[in-house]
Amino acid sequence: MADLAQWFTGLPFSLAMRRIAWLFPLLQTVHILAIGMMLSSVIMVSLRLWGVSRTQTIAARGHRYLPWIWTSLVVLTVTGVALAVGNPRTLRDPALQVKLWMMVPAIAATLILAVAMRGEALWEKNARARGMAGLAATATLILWLGVTLAGRGRWMANLIG
Amino acid sequence: MEPVAFLHWLETTPLALTVSQGIFGFSALDMIHIAAITVVFGMIAVVDLRLLGIASKDCAVTDICRQALPWTWVAFGIAVLTGVLMFTGQAVKYYNNYAFRMKLLLLLLAGINMLVFHYITYRGVAKWDRAATPLSARLAGAISLACWIAVVAYGRWTAYYMF
Repeated sequence: MADLAQWFTGLPFSLAMRRIAWLFPLLQTVHILAIGMMLSSVIMVSLRLWGVSRTQTIAARGHRYLPWIWTSLVVLTVTGVALAVGNPRTLRDPALQVKLWMMVPAIAATLILAVAMRGEALWEKNARARGMAGLAATATLILWLGVTLAGRGRWMANLIG
Repeated sequence: MEPVAFLHWLETTPLALTVSQGIFGFSALDMIHIAAITVVFGMIAVVDLRLLGIASKDCAVTDICRQALPWTWVAFGIAVLTGVLMFTGQAVKYYNNYAFRMKLLLLLLAGINMLVFHYITYRGVAKWDRAATPLSARLAGAISLACWIAVVAYGRWTAYYMF
């Protein structure tokens, strides 16, 4: 990570990010808005899998929100990498490393939901499968909320030591 | 009392001192505030995109509202609570912050837009609940989306001017 930070610092883009004052808050704003679209899409999917809302088929719900989840993830990755290049010190931040590691199970859980939401017929009849789906949705939402919070968790490094 | 005098006094209250002098007060509030505002924006966007006729066209407007709005209000409550606490810590500085003032103005606009939509446009929702939304509803969706994007942006620029 230290080597990566060093390499980032020398890149022309990194220099531009540090010179052009408004670029940083602009990218942060886009990043925050994309987190909003990601979390709301996960919540809307979860509401269906929890059975809070049954007005749409599970497949239709997935069809509506999963593309927004994946698009948000792409926007978040692009703006996130750009922000890290613009401020390479952040790579040494333990909270960022926690966040990146937490993204692995979060993406895996989202992929499992995405695949499972296609097998509709199986779900509607099987109460146990429905229960599992609800749990998977809860886990996915908690993981993405954790990723969101860790993104702003630098202060906790002082707390830990 | 002059507003600035009141804000100076506010900064000296024990609660405000915990926020401004405590080692983790501000950082912890800031973390929760941003997470809450992402949920507020995201859930409102789900409703606005339906009102605009861009997404969820196969879902009833009332059904989308019923699902999205409880989350929006809870997250908004958390955002206001953490926001007010952060404000007390450096009240005078926030008061003089141009981006912060714009953020409050846009929150006010978003609120007025919501009230107009809720008490006038939404009354006739039965007519367009499952169909294309009327111009007034689309306008409400567009204004809301624009306001909330600007609220997030000015929130970010508030911090940018502060430190």
